[in-house]
Amino acid sequence: MKRFLALLSALLMLLVFSSCAAPDDEPIDDEEEDVAWDYQAEFPKAAPTGVTINVYNWGEYIDDEILDVNAAFTYVTGIEVNYKTFENNESMYALISSGAADYDVIIPSDYMVGKMIDEGMLRKLNFDNIPNYQYIGENYRNLNYDPENAYSVPYTWGTVGIFYNTKYVDEADLALGWDLLWCDKYKDRILMFNNPRDAFGVALMKNGHSLNTTDPAHWNAAFDALVEQKQVLYKYVNDEIYDLMIGETCWIAPYYAGDGVLMIYEEGANEDIAFFIPESGTNFFVDAMCVRSTSKHPAEAEAYINFMCNPHVAAANAEYIGYSCPEPAAMELMDPEITENPYFYPPQSILDRTEIFLTLPKETNKLQADLWLKLKQITRK
Amino acid sequence: MKTLSRIYNTLIFAFLYAPIVVLVIFSFNDSKSRSIWNGFSLRWYEALFYDEEIREALGVTLQVAILSALFATVIGVLAAVGIHALNKKLRKVFLTVNNLPMVNPEIVTGISLMLLFVFIYQTTGLLRTGFLTLLIAHITFNIPYVILQVMPKLRQMNQHMYEAALDLGCHPTRAFFKVVMPEIMPGVTTGALMAFTMSLDDFVISYFTSGSTAQTLSVTIYNMTKRPITPVINALSTLMFGTILLLLLAVNIYQIRDDAKKKRTV
Repeated sequence: MKRFLALLSALLMLLVFSSCAAPDDEPIDDEEEDVAWDYQAEFPKAAPTGVTINVYNWGEYIDDEILDVNAAFTYVTGIEVNYKTFENNESMYALISSGAADYDVIIPSDYMVGKMIDEGMLRKLNFDNIPNYQYIGENYRNLNYDPENAYSVPYTWGTVGIFYNTKYVDEADLALGWDLLWCDKYKDRILMFNNPRDAFGVALMKNGHSLNTTDPAHWNAAFDALVEQKQVLYKYVNDEIYDLMIGETCWIAPYYAGDGVLMIYEEGANEDIAFFIPESGTNFFVDAMCVRSTSKHPAEAEAYINFMCNPHVAAANAEYIGYSCPEPAAMELMDPEITENPYFYPPQSILDRTEIFLTLPKETNKLQADLWLKLKQITRK
Repeated sequence: MKTLSRIYNTLIFAFLYAPIVVLVIFSFNDSKSRSIWNGFSLRWYEALFYDEEIREALGVTLQVAILSALFATVIGVLAAVGIHALNKKLRKVFLTVNNLPMVNPEIVTGISLMLLFVFIYQTTGLLRTGFLTLLIAHITFNIPYVILQVMPKLRQMNQHMYEAALDLGCHPTRAFFKVVMPEIMPGVTTGALMAFTMSLDDFVISYFTSGSTAQTLSVTIYNMTKRPITPVINALSTLMFGTILLLLLAVNIYQIRDDAKKKRTV
């Protein structure tokens, strides 16, 4: 018994340590000064409202270093935030639609917003509570997943392009566009998305088809292309891409532009890596903030969305995440080195040739899933 | 032959511990890279200190692990004593029922618990998924492990000692604590430890039963994997590994001393 008690008390001490070690909620401002926004000077500390809202966002998708966004929100509004994260749209959807989790604010991607609107899972927003919506750029309003912009407010956006290592990849070969990912010359040095929507997206773009085609012939053609690509591919990857590209094991990989910050510019990155968007066009994506139809605190949820649209907050988030910001006013507060970088803020001429993911009909989704499974089972010759 | 067995042993230990060694080394790396050494630094430990999300998840994980181990141990010991007292046939039936949840795939346990909680919430409005459901789920899957650890100790125990205590006028409850508990204590301790680690370890069941208010460490780490995992996780894992190592060492040293003491008294 004594032994057990000793063990237990040791564990309890560990627990106490873990919860007491919390420092005060003050933001740490030993980082760069340029975006550290002194909200305490601008807003009085609000009295606690006793309301807690549940927020469900992507992992590592909010600033908690330079500006602790959730702490700032609680300071300004008196509303507590219970902040949780998910790994991808599909797992988020599965958990929420099963009824096992009740969130107020969620931040899915474009096609998932469309799907959730169709299924009545989102609440129409009251824009009187979101005056900061005025800061959202015209280009990011009324996008076709939410044509009247009634349910969602853009959080971040980005494009898909190809990262390549300038030491090994011939500049002339960039003219190949998406075909670069099929190039025999770089056999075993090429990486590919390890999720069906993005992988098939690249293959559809290579073949010159729409990302949202419902024609089975197009999907089968994309499948054939991916089978062919397997001969030159090193691997299908998720976040292993960073190590493989930075360590120069691989030289060419399609990925989201915003993650280039980590691959090219941050410490420990590789400056030889560059990024380009193929001439023929690419995928344009938006992650948008929405309120669940079951939310018990819609007004507070809208206050949260409104706070996220505050240009200071939007700028801090965009700088932390690395994805592009949909607010021109926030971009002015950001480091010009980022906002003038065509990787993250490509010129209109490129944006004109982008296509957004739409919700695919059931049959097409099934075909995609079947083909993906079949593709994964094929072994290389 | 001897060198061969030594090589074999070295290889096995290398396979077992190489990943942990790499993890520990890179927790002290002065860069985000997971492959290039940039110099020694404690910055990830400092960052861990300030990371609210991870700290909160660690708090939930430890609370659930300790509480579920505690409850599962109490329930498990009671169940084991009860099962032990049954006749042979019934005992077999109950032990098989007890083994089922352990061989049952976690995903089935997780989903079925989730569906149960959702069903209860939707029909009665009680038991909204959150910390409580997470705890209940963990207690549920921990109980069989405790029973499995305690049963053999009960079987090894001399049944007559308990009866002797009763004959000498001991109240059954007192006899249980004075005679039975000390005998089965090693099983109870290992059972509690196992329950604790199983709970700490669990991802699948936590994922489905934690709802929107409690997220365990394993789920939080999983959700970070779309982007490169920060070495903060290395730092945290190193600390956890170190703590468990110290715990195990303490338990072992205590046991060795205890055995020595017993030998002396005998």
